[in-house]
Amino acid sequence: MPDALTSLAEAIRAAAADGRPLRIRGGGTKDFYGQSLDGEILDTRGYAGIVAYDPTELVVTVRGGTPLADLEAALREKRQMLAFEPPHFGAGATVGGAVAAGLSGPRRAAAGAVRDFVLGVRLLDGRGQDLTFGGQVMKNVAGYDVSRVMAGALGTLGVVVEVSLKVLPVPVTEATLKFEMPEDKALEAVNRWAGRPLPISATAYTDGDLGVRLSGAAAAVRAAQEKLGGTLVEAEPAARFWPGIREHSDPFFAGAEPLWRLSVPSATPPLGLEGRSFIEWGGALRWIKSHAEARTVRDAAARAGGHATLFRGGDKSVGVFHPLAPAVATIHRRLKAEFDPRGVLNRGRMYPDF
Amino acid sequence: MNVAAPKIDFLRQAEVVGRLKARLPESGVLFQTEDTRPYECDGLSAYRQLPMVVALPANDEEVQFVLRTCNELKVPVIARGAGTGLSGGALPSAEGVLLATAKLMRILAVDPVARIARVQPGVRNLAITEAATPYGLYYAPDPSSQIACTIGGNVAENAGGVHCLKYGLTVNNVMRVRGFTIEGEPVEFGTEALDAPGLDLAALVTGSEGMLAVTTEVTVKLVPRPERARVIMASFDDVEKAGDAVAAIIAAGLIPAGLEMMDQPATRAVEEFVHAGYDLDAKVILLCESDGTPEEVEEEITRTKAVLERAGATAMRVSRDEPERLKFWAGRKAAFPAVGRISPDYYCMDGTIPRKRLGEILNFIAAMEKKYRLRCPNVFHAGDGNLHPLILFDANDPDELHRTEQFASEVLRKCIEVGGTVTGEHGVGIEKINEMCVQFSPAELEAFRGVKRAFDPAGLLNPAKNIPTLHRCAEFGRMHVHAGKLSHPELPRF
Repeated sequence: MPDALTSLAEAIRAAAADGRPLRIRGGGTKDFYGQSLDGEILDTRGYAGIVAYDPTELVVTVRGGTPLADLEAALREKRQMLAFEPPHFGAGATVGGAVAAGLSGPRRAAAGAVRDFVLGVRLLDGRGQDLTFGGQVMKNVAGYDVSRVMAGALGTLGVVVEVSLKVLPVPVTEATLKFEMPEDKALEAVNRWAGRPLPISATAYTDGDLGVRLSGAAAAVRAAQEKLGGTLVEAEPAARFWPGIREHSDPFFAGAEPLWRLSVPSATPPLGLEGRSFIEWGGALRWIKSHAEARTVRDAAARAGGHATLFRGGDKSVGVFHPLAPAVATIHRRLKAEFDPRGVLNRGRMYPDF
Repeated sequence: MNVAAPKIDFLRQAEVVGRLKARLPESGVLFQTEDTRPYECDGLSAYRQLPMVVALPANDEEVQFVLRTCNELKVPVIARGAGTGLSGGALPSAEGVLLATAKLMRILAVDPVARIARVQPGVRNLAITEAATPYGLYYAPDPSSQIACTIGGNVAENAGGVHCLKYGLTVNNVMRVRGFTIEGEPVEFGTEALDAPGLDLAALVTGSEGMLAVTTEVTVKLVPRPERARVIMASFDDVEKAGDAVAAIIAAGLIPAGLEMMDQPATRAVEEFVHAGYDLDAKVILLCESDGTPEEVEEEITRTKAVLERAGATAMRVSRDEPERLKFWAGRKAAFPAVGRISPDYYCMDGTIPRKRLGEILNFIAAMEKKYRLRCPNVFHAGDGNLHPLILFDANDPDELHRTEQFASEVLRKCIEVGGTVTGEHGVGIEKINEMCVQFSPAELEAFRGVKRAFDPAGLLNPAKNIPTLHRCAEFGRMHVHAGKLSHPELPRF
């Protein structure tokens, strides 16, 4: 196994020496995501396996090339989970890829995102240097929090070869409720409920149907059910519904129309963009399938105080990710130059000039 | 700790004061010794230094002006909130401007629907919760100093508290930070949505000890106040048993809202001070809080009690009502001042370790007490493995002070050796800068310096804190341990 790490580091060093771009890839399940795929593939799957897992520490340390499904199975055996519910988007997704993509599932608004659960990383930077930041403990403020920045960095600053993640117990009880209401009423309801001490762990709205998942102690779930009303969904369809949203296998996500991901403040009223929408995260995440102009979509997100990503399909030349403010873009460029001076790692995956 | 204080260059001082007064009022620029004296140290009072100038900007434009001016004159800038920090992160520089946020203390907005508060950096941590209370909401991170400490300082230090295990640290509860770079460029990290495009710079800025940017506005997440909270106080006759009890609680799938441990010397110091009703015969007590709906709390308390009983608790009390719950916590929150009453000085450590190594660390600390002939009561955030051993000493006795430093340094290195960190929530500041050379390799420290350069190429924001220079590590490097491995394992140590 150390050989696999050495060969990754050597490949980066060689690429850096010639200024050749490398395309970091695990299972390739998120190849669709991001601006462009440049360079020779650097396969991370050779360096895999769980390094340390002690359930009473609520921490797992795992190598980047480990299949996400393997990690989840190991946690499930101890009745624990990755609370940010990372999407796989296909068989063979790796842990390193999930961290680099920085995507979180239905539980995000209640539990936190990938970055909230990253406690430490070991990475290979653009020089092939083996660096460790953070650690295996819940609290750590020694130095800058470089490890959290790796979540969602799309591999542009380093190859995540090891990561320590905080894990949480699987909730004792879960129940899914359904409500019928128009979009504005649903947005109002989910925001109102989020301000009350209710064990809501996920929400999903589309086409007049609002789904609400409750998770927690049996007594708390029962009490919340009584307070909220709605129709209780049978356990089996409920157990298919939420993973379907996470994995985009829900019928809403089918079809070839461009899929936009709008991240906005949760209480933002309906955006009124053309096309169908699917709303998660208590109103804070809005998927829109639309042929609307990129400019129109981005302006709507920005007006609300959020941002828009061309998540899947469409014409990537409009820019997949929301443009950055100039001063922030400067900091991005300088960070890239510090971590990857030759521009070897996932060049152009996030922004064309990055 | 005692270094000869550098002298202030009065010509330079006059130049900087003159420039700042062009835009700041008389009351916003302090330079007379009697005016700058209150700023000479933060909560780590063993280190003192008069600042060359204190600037008190009253709005964003004045902050920007101070930064642009200092950048042009190449004057270091050190931001300061309430000065409650425990690692000397706000220690002034004789060549620098101390930018205090005392005039930036407005709560700009509390939005009960979106569940956010937008505040200026000088707003106190507890004031946010007070403003949110009418809506049934509160700001979760609650460092012990929450009555006084500011949100700007909390962001700089990534402050924690006693409820982190369930509710997270500052980094998990701050949505957006607005501020200025040293060049005076306005910047925004994070958004009021749940993420931002590009790299997660909000995570990088949180806990950066004022070295990357100066904060002028923070948007925090507010969460619903649980309907009920109850705390169990459990006694143990053995420290290791108590440590095992903590692991057993987690293994049972419980995530307590708070899980704290205090040893006997600590409970005795506290009891005299606040009469919290602690069991003084116990070698160690655990405080374990459950919160949520009334039904949830009863269910959890029952389960937790069963776990604690099996783990060998010798006695247990559950808070019957809110005043009693607050009384149990008052003791824990007053631990530092209580210890301050029984000793002329105390030195608080902040290492964090994997929970399972707790027994080993406690035994190590006990051995250090003997070795250095100093007492050391212990309070821990047991749920997240964050230790606060308090070494009692008398600063007027140079030998005791020296022994204290040696003691602390050995404990911090032990924390690294067992896979932990030198600081869980208090920050590196000036205090733990040498230990950074032990925890990180030269290449990792250079990466930190790279982060610094990306935000502050001239290195003017809070220089000489947090990240040691190569030279400093070389000086300290006589005994180098990295990632639990001694560089010369053949030599006997500890």
